[in-house]
Amino acid sequence: MEGFLPQAIIFITAAIVCVPIAKRLGMGSILGYLIAGIVIGPYFLGFLEEGEDIMEKAEFGVVMMLFLIGLELEPKNLWRMKKLILQVGLIQVLVTSAVLFGIGLGLGFSWQLSLAVGLSMALSSTAIVLQSLKEKNQMESQVGKFSFGVLLMQDIAVIPILAILPLLVVVGSAPIDAEVGSYGLIESYPGWLQTLFIFGAIGVVVLLGKFGFGPLLNWVSKTRLRELFTASALLIVVGIAFLMELVGLSPALGTFLAGVILANSPYKHALESDLDPFKGLLLGLFFMAVGATINFNLIFANTSIIVGATVLIITLKTGIILGIGKFKKLSISENLPFAVGLSQVGEFSFVTYAFALQLGILDQSNSDYLMAITALSMTITPILMVLMDKFILPRLNRINASDREMDDIEVNHKVILVGFSHFGSTLGRFLRANGVEATVLDFDPDRVDFLRKMGFKVYYGDATRLDLLQSAGAEDANILISAIHDPETNRKLVELCKKNFPNLEIMIRTRNRTDAYELIEMGVKNIYRENLDTSIRMGQDALKKLGFRAYTVLRLGQSFREYDESALKILAKYKNDEKKYISVGKLQIEQQEALLSGELAKKFSLNDHAWDSENMKEALNKKH
Amino acid sequence: MLFAHPKFEHSEANHELLLAISNLENVEVRDLYELYPEFNISIQHEQEALFEADVIIWQHPFYWYSCPPLMKQWIDIVLEFGWAYGPGGVYLKNKHILNAVTSGGTAETYGPDGNNRFTLRDFLQPFEQTAKLCNMTYLPVFHIGGTHQISAEKLKTGAYKYRELLIQLRDAVLLDEASLQNFYFKND
Repeated sequence: MEGFLPQAIIFITAAIVCVPIAKRLGMGSILGYLIAGIVIGPYFLGFLEEGEDIMEKAEFGVVMMLFLIGLELEPKNLWRMKKLILQVGLIQVLVTSAVLFGIGLGLGFSWQLSLAVGLSMALSSTAIVLQSLKEKNQMESQVGKFSFGVLLMQDIAVIPILAILPLLVVVGSAPIDAEVGSYGLIESYPGWLQTLFIFGAIGVVVLLGKFGFGPLLNWVSKTRLRELFTASALLIVVGIAFLMELVGLSPALGTFLAGVILANSPYKHALESDLDPFKGLLLGLFFMAVGATINFNLIFANTSIIVGATVLIITLKTGIILGIGKFKKLSISENLPFAVGLSQVGEFSFVTYAFALQLGILDQSNSDYLMAITALSMTITPILMVLMDKFILPRLNRINASDREMDDIEVNHKVILVGFSHFGSTLGRFLRANGVEATVLDFDPDRVDFLRKMGFKVYYGDATRLDLLQSAGAEDANILISAIHDPETNRKLVELCKKNFPNLEIMIRTRNRTDAYELIEMGVKNIYRENLDTSIRMGQDALKKLGFRAYTVLRLGQSFREYDESALKILAKYKNDEKKYISVGKLQIEQQEALLSGELAKKFSLNDHAWDSENMKEALNKKH
Repeated sequence: MLFAHPKFEHSEANHELLLAISNLENVEVRDLYELYPEFNISIQHEQEALFEADVIIWQHPFYWYSCPPLMKQWIDIVLEFGWAYGPGGVYLKNKHILNAVTSGGTAETYGPDGNNRFTLRDFLQPFEQTAKLCNMTYLPVFHIGGTHQISAEKLKTGAYKYRELLIQLRDAVLLDEASLQNFYFKND
């Protein structure tokens, strides 16, 4: 089927049909997309002719995913991972390549082919592994950290692998195509200049991330046009990806770097929530493309070879990673998902096969086989993961339940503070002074920038947007504090939280009684009228200046506030009953007036007989 | 003189006592409930004042056989370990301290034959031991009893005695317990 619209309809329909079914069956979305791809692919319904073509474009989803992951990883946390990346990651890449290289040689393939295939098959699928880790909310767990470290090293390894491949070509055996993918635009330059370009490009990304993107996003966000902000976010990712491709680096690695640099930026959460749908759609497309690429004709014709090779590779990769995990003292219930999760051949190998084909290292039939093995392995591992989660891990966990380690502490803060005006910032400072770092959201780009300079962690964004609240961690937070003045925004915020985060405790600032009534009706328990405490405090000080005793004034203020708060709650109950409201309101006003008049005022101030000896004196006098 | 009364405006006895000593030189009155109505006592200020003083008086109504809560709070947080007692806690050493209390019950009710069964000194043992732990000399209590029924005249006499006591404490080089017994005030 030709044309954009019919194609879009096919993809989306397939996804909408298959993914929910897969999820319902407990298989995760990846398997759903893969199945959707297989169904609409050339070997079943035949809607799709060329999976690879789409895959190349859809691979951009992986680029975006790494940008988003970078956003959640602050530089200092990345630095803390360096040991993990270098040790675990590097060992995995080197050992796996070496073993595959040896097997290739043993099977009688040329050493060039064995090396090229060994190197590309050592890499795992970032898309599959990270997506499933995120779906299972395991990014912060030990498994997640180890897997991520390995994947990051693999992404770095892409650079030398692409550099080595051309060197494998025996001089003169094959003409080097100038148009090898998008890679190699700088290949006509001498080596030292290429290196310079690479470092220059990384430098540009770092500089832009540090000094360029912030002002750009600030400028754009002042327009308050959301689509413009989204467009800028896309521009950043696409721009960096393009730059990386120009110098032959992995675009995913480049955007990851940019993401890490922007992890400290006030626009972090806004970027996350704007790019997330794109990432999701593109990744879905990518997985469908993988599914569509599986050449079933070839598989059915050579079942034993392809299935055998796939099983061999998966077993091998699992074995090697298990060994590394064991060495790193991972428990078996952590080690197994770590190893099996990373056991497939990654999407990057599609690129290397194409490259190697053009270089003449592979011939067409080799390439077809390899593609089939890769796609099959990408389909099998998610199934293995599901089986493992369902049947093996529960058993292991039961055995190890007693010596299981404590869960990792969540990165997100437990308190979300919305609005960082004078009110919010005072509150924030107080919390911070007591060791509670709130995740702060504010909608004024200039204020966000200013406060950032003062050292506050403030994020830009509209808190009445569900996705922003989600990326600010509303699902895991304990308390959401709204220090916003505007009643309309507060109302929306309360509705949103009540609906989506029922466990989140909300504390709301209000302007006055009228706003408070509305919030009480909505079921908000913690309501703070912004003027109540200050006005009472001012009154207390006035009384002190008039000669009242400080402690008496304190008690008077406390009971007055208590009285006022309870009056508010009583009035709110009768608010709907118009008639009653008027009478109760009248009653309250009368009470207020009575309180203010002499007689009752005395009663109010002496509402207890604490430390009063008048009664005792009277009693004694009566006795005598 | 450390004074604690949560409702000073209603206490005639303490008014008289404070009035009597209000214009004495070198006598500092620290009205705790006025200084720290929210119980947020400044340890620093209190310790500085203590360090300056030679004689310290806890003046308070004798609520439920003890002092009002703010004064207990004061004792709890101002008399720090390592400052008032314990290793390095030498800053109160050799100072003199006493309680000056007002009570609704008369002096006679405090004793084996009275309603309250124990003597005032018995009840004040925690204060005495606190002083001892801080290496201070604990002096006999100054007491005005029966404040519910006391006559204005008698109260004036009591307040005058209080003033005399403070002057003597202020000016004395050596204090002996016998001479201090003169200041027991019995108004019944």
